[in-house]
Amino acid sequence: MLLFQEYHGIGLTSYLCAKLSWLSKDGLIPVPVVLREISNIMTKLLEWVFGVSVVGAAWAFVTFDILKMSIPRTYREVAWPMPLYLLVTFGCYSLATVGYRVATFNDCDDAAKELQAQIIEAREDLRKKGLKF
Amino acid sequence: MASRTSTRSRGNGEKYSVLLPTYNERENLPLIVWLLVKYFGESGYDYEIIVIDDGSPDGTLEVAEQLQKIYGEDKILLRPRAKKLGLGTAYIHGMKHATGSFIFIMDADLSHHPKFIPEFIEKQKEGDYDLVSGTRYQGDGGVYGWDLRRKLISRGANFVTQVLLRPGASDLTGSFRLYKRKVLEGLIERCVSKGYVFQMEMIIRARQLDYSIGEVPISFVDRVYGESKLGGNEIVSFLKGLLTLFATT
Repeated sequence: MLLFQEYHGIGLTSYLCAKLSWLSKDGLIPVPVVLREISNIMTKLLEWVFGVSVVGAAWAFVTFDILKMSIPRTYREVAWPMPLYLLVTFGCYSLATVGYRVATFNDCDDAAKELQAQIIEAREDLRKKGLKF
Repeated sequence: MASRTSTRSRGNGEKYSVLLPTYNERENLPLIVWLLVKYFGESGYDYEIIVIDDGSPDGTLEVAEQLQKIYGEDKILLRPRAKKLGLGTAYIHGMKHATGSFIFIMDADLSHHPKFIPEFIEKQKEGDYDLVSGTRYQGDGGVYGWDLRRKLISRGANFVTQVLLRPGASDLTGSFRLYKRKVLEGLIERCVSKGYVFQMEMIIRARQLDYSIGEVPISFVDRVYGESKLGGNEIVSFLKGLLTLFATT
């Protein structure tokens, strides 16, 4: 009896295969071209849904041994917590990246000083030219 | 007697129109115009400045008229409107009588400095880019007047935007840009958002249409920040705009 995840995975894999066979009907199409075609059709949201589904299906296939391929126990044990690991890794990467970028965010003190000086110069020059502030 | 090397370049036969939407910029408008005249004059490029005032109650239009007398009607064009309408429509309105083949858009409150204009122009020529965007986040781009909280929000929001939209440009909410005229016209037609989400949408649509995007690091001097805090409301509307773009582009 198939679980929901397995139906989901099979459904999406079939869609993916159908799409790829349509796109490659003229012969072998390189992956970048296929991906580009996909991104032209799909919104970013759909791309994410698609990507997450593919990864999710692969994970489900390995973890629950859906196709009964007798995947060695060690593979299944490694695959099982993968989604959580990936999420945590992404979280750490995000914090590190944003933290680094905030720390290295340039402060333009010179630009501010230069602007102040130029404002004074501009006001003087414009007053000479007849501007009434 | 050593002759002084002229910093004036020959110009490049192209004309650049600068669109300046203004609202209550009576203090800043003369200054930004003076700076534009200075840097365009020094670099020798042909230009015009188009002031689009949305019925400012502080007399911005009156100051603009004085500037027109000082610098000439061929250099300062006035395209006023009766009241505050959207930014996209301001650009369209301003472009109607623009004679340049390239369009600069920038803020009139001195947060964007005209000294970068020659850099934008050179960058555009370098790669024949369809649009050149000023970035605060790369190279020696940066900001002045932002505290830690503001920087954190800015970088955090930019990170989320990069992850979700993968736009291929480092600074999406920036509004100091140089467009080819046809590119700007085409993009405005397609964009539906408001405020700074509009600026984001312009870049995303440009990506979709396969336009080439160049970047120039700029310094952003925020003198206004003290008066207008980045509150919860702005953050919420930013997220809404971001999710809309995520789901529709």
